[in-house]
Amino acid sequence: MAFYVVQFLTGLASAASLFLVASGLSIIFGVTRIVNFAHGAFYMLGAYVAFTLTERFSGALGFWGGMVVAALVVAAVGVLVEMVLLRRIYHSPELFQLLATFGLTLMVEDLVVLIWGPNDLLGRRAPGLKGAVDFFGQNIPSYDLFLIVLGPVVLGILWLLFQRTRWGILVRAATQDRDMVAALGVNQKWLFTSVFAVGVFLAALGGALQIPRDAVNHAMDLRIIVDVFVVVVIGGLGSIIGAFVAAVLVSELNAFGILIFPKISIILVFLVMAAVLIVRPWGLFGKQEAAARRTPGLTVNPWRPLTSGERLAAMVALIVAAALPLVGGNYALTVGSEVAIFVIFAASLHFLMSVGGLASFGHAAYFGLGAYGVALLAKMAGLPMIVCLLLGPLLGCVGAAVFGFFAVQLSGVYFAMLTLAFAQIVWSIAFQWVAVTGGDNGILGVWPEKWVSSASHFYWLSLGVAALVVAALRVMVFSPFGFALRATRDSPLRSEAIGINGKRIQWTAFVIAGTAAGIAGALFAYLKGSVFPDNLGISLSVDALVMVLLGGVETVSGAVVGAIVYKALNIWLVSQTDLSKLVLGGFIVLIVVAFPKGIVGVLETIRNRRRSASSKSALVTSRIETAE
Amino acid sequence: MRASRYYFLGAGLAIALSGMANSAMAQSEIKIGEINSYSLLPAFTDPYRKGWQLAVEEINAAGGIGGKKLVVVSKDDGGKPADAQTAANELVSSENVAMLTGTFLSNIGLAVSDFAKEKKVFFLAAEPLTDAITWAKGNRYTFRLRPSNYMQAAMLVEEAAKLPAKRWATIAPNYEYGQSAVAVFKKLMSEKRPDIVWVDEQWPPQGKIDAGPVVQAVAAANPEAILNVTFGADLVKLVREGNTRGLFKDRSVVSFLTGEPEYLDPLKDETPEGWIVTGYPWYSIKTPEHDAFLKAYQAKYNDYPRLGSIVGYETIKSAAAILTKAGSTDPEKLIAAAEGIAVPSPFGEISFRKIDHQSTLGAFVGKTALKDGKGIMVDTSYRKGADYLPSDAEVEKLRPKE
Repeated sequence: MAFYVVQFLTGLASAASLFLVASGLSIIFGVTRIVNFAHGAFYMLGAYVAFTLTERFSGALGFWGGMVVAALVVAAVGVLVEMVLLRRIYHSPELFQLLATFGLTLMVEDLVVLIWGPNDLLGRRAPGLKGAVDFFGQNIPSYDLFLIVLGPVVLGILWLLFQRTRWGILVRAATQDRDMVAALGVNQKWLFTSVFAVGVFLAALGGALQIPRDAVNHAMDLRIIVDVFVVVVIGGLGSIIGAFVAAVLVSELNAFGILIFPKISIILVFLVMAAVLIVRPWGLFGKQEAAARRTPGLTVNPWRPLTSGERLAAMVALIVAAALPLVGGNYALTVGSEVAIFVIFAASLHFLMSVGGLASFGHAAYFGLGAYGVALLAKMAGLPMIVCLLLGPLLGCVGAAVFGFFAVQLSGVYFAMLTLAFAQIVWSIAFQWVAVTGGDNGILGVWPEKWVSSASHFYWLSLGVAALVVAALRVMVFSPFGFALRATRDSPLRSEAIGINGKRIQWTAFVIAGTAAGIAGALFAYLKGSVFPDNLGISLSVDALVMVLLGGVETVSGAVVGAIVYKALNIWLVSQTDLSKLVLGGFIVLIVVAFPKGIVGVLETIRNRRRSASSKSALVTSRIETAE
Repeated sequence: MRASRYYFLGAGLAIALSGMANSAMAQSEIKIGEINSYSLLPAFTDPYRKGWQLAVEEINAAGGIGGKKLVVVSKDDGGKPADAQTAANELVSSENVAMLTGTFLSNIGLAVSDFAKEKKVFFLAAEPLTDAITWAKGNRYTFRLRPSNYMQAAMLVEEAAKLPAKRWATIAPNYEYGQSAVAVFKKLMSEKRPDIVWVDEQWPPQGKIDAGPVVQAVAAANPEAILNVTFGADLVKLVREGNTRGLFKDRSVVSFLTGEPEYLDPLKDETPEGWIVTGYPWYSIKTPEHDAFLKAYQAKYNDYPRLGSIVGYETIKSAAAILTKAGSTDPEKLIAAAEGIAVPSPFGEISFRKIDHQSTLGAFVGKTALKDGKGIMVDTSYRKGADYLPSDAEVEKLRPKE
């Protein structure tokens, strides 16, 4: 019996650290609607700064003071980031801020290694809390007891802050309806900055508090960021109590789950999230988001098909690209094939995200399913390559059909997180089912047959398929189906009133996007000759998001440009420098500031401005003004 | 879209041109392509890089390879198999390297080894521990330097079997390395000691151990001895929780790799005492070969070597020896030269076995101890790799026929 009590308390201690970080993220999202990918980076910075301070100043005051000062220092960094970077892009398309914070995260990961060195650092133990307390023969670390108390205390302080202060009332009002708060004359700039500072302070404090239990290292951010997102979503976005309950739920399920299934930890949080979201679409304590007042359709330049001149130009560009084997060597061609494959992948996500208005955080699942489909058909059934290429993507299609059915019942960030949960579930199956998938050692030897084994032939194959898929998706955008999809995105109520079955349309779009991603994955398997669980992983999903956002989420061809720029740059940087993350992150941050609508988005705005100046079309001008 | 295609072409042209410029230089030098997870695992790869840089310097100071200068072109794989293949392709296609070396993670090692097989390139894997790379998925183009999972397990089992403990629990990261380490250890241990029972196993996700509940769960099973396979930050968390909660008190612990300075040093004054570990006690090895290496390394870097330094150093030394013996960069001749070649190393002479392309580099087995607030290995002895491999008949069965 004593064992179960101790295991329960241990779970509570884990929950406390999770809650601190999650509450900060939840507050930031609630008010600013920023999906703060850099939250884990602030957590990690908190740990590193606290490590330096506590090593420097010994004694109880040095330790506890060091923790708080570290959190304050990192909060100041957060304020700087908010004022210099995020303020410029609050009016950018939804999720664009994710791109900025992603860039920051990349930079911080390399910076901490540059500043603090590559080794894992062992921080001091908390003075006075070094030992353990005996509980009927079981030991409970006294630091755990401290954390168990700290969690509810922080919850209480936050509750008081939100219920009893004017600032708290403003924050709650902004969480419910930011436009109304702005209309009432509240200075949003400083409200956002202060909220961001509080959120970052909590993250950094959470990191600093890990010092006596953890090793400070440069991978801490990724370890926590996804779990924290999951906790926030399970609890309900913007709900502090929800975050607390979810943190306790997840930690306790893990603490007791490993007694029965020792391998459960790897997937547990995602299983819980999927289950919660299917039953309660807005999390345990969340409320349905207030309908956005701005109709997204007005914020974008109206889409139109290519003119015949532009079509010709696209054809010429394709022919020029097809001439690459005349000048490029094997390496250039292989990079070319990889870029072409990622064009397909990005275009498929773009179809879901821009045309369908459904941002998926787990799109790699369908890419990876396509790749595994090919690998299993080729290695187990021994089918010829052409058959594998045709049938492999069907696995992506089936996966998208199953998961899409559940996912499209939700919208916004909840949709994104449910897709992430499904992707992680698929990933863990690939990772754990060693007998079939080979686990993390993957499936090897999936090489193309003779007729496309040369680099130039494979390049032409990839380029041809990419051109076909991009063209097909583009045709669909301007087909009746595409119009129905955009109608559902822009105004669900109106489109329903004219007889469009929104959910079915979105589901179909999900399946189409999943299949296209599966095609990319199938080609990728042959390009690399092997398939690994990585191909289903979070980082690939994030890559796809970054490509679409970089190109411009509100444009039709942004994904193509975004994929080419990001992938080519990534491959080049990784090859040239060990600090590729620092440079790439810096580049992304620059792009975000210079092109707040994505590369193609800004180019289009400039072109439209010129055009409207010459043609004096009042209608177009007014629309563009609305967009700004 | 139109503009984008031109970028694409421009990038292609630039890459092609740089490739041509490189090949013009290639006459007076021999290039080795090297890939490792520099950005993902700097704690291990930093000393590793220092190790091979020292080797390159020594080789060129001694006249290079057949009068040609040795150049190592190094690439980062970011911890992703797909990126490692892109890098391998660049090294082979654009840099025209004579062979590929390096890699740390098992799945990346396997991906590059499969690439080597498909493209018919010689590959000397440095760090990956998986048994598959020389056995189940072995191929004639791939050689491996470090003692494999099986060898390390066999070395530890020899010591572990002497313990009186009968009730054993295991803690291992939930991925291939952890799974196969536990499987091999269990198999070899149960062969030697049929009386042993396995009472619990814990599989925390790699890099994400929630140490409190794991320690508590293991303690609840009340084992007499524990096998640990976690390393890095997971190990630190496990040790800290285990120390506070008294998990290691009166229990024997056998642990993979923990004696390597990369993993032992971060534990500082919290190093648990008396664990039976494999590792690298650079401070207590007294052989002329190692003294020479240690002196050269400390003179160049003003730092002590880690195991990664040894691996990096010996990888390039072995590669150079193979290139010198082959007198050619033709992969078939390299394979012929590498099979059975004997190479000096800081741990004494090693050789690359013809039967499975595994080197006979060994490891040190000893016990952990605390000295001046730092963890060290004591009672160490060097175990030669050749003594801890299965019989030739068994290896024949494990390796696919070609």
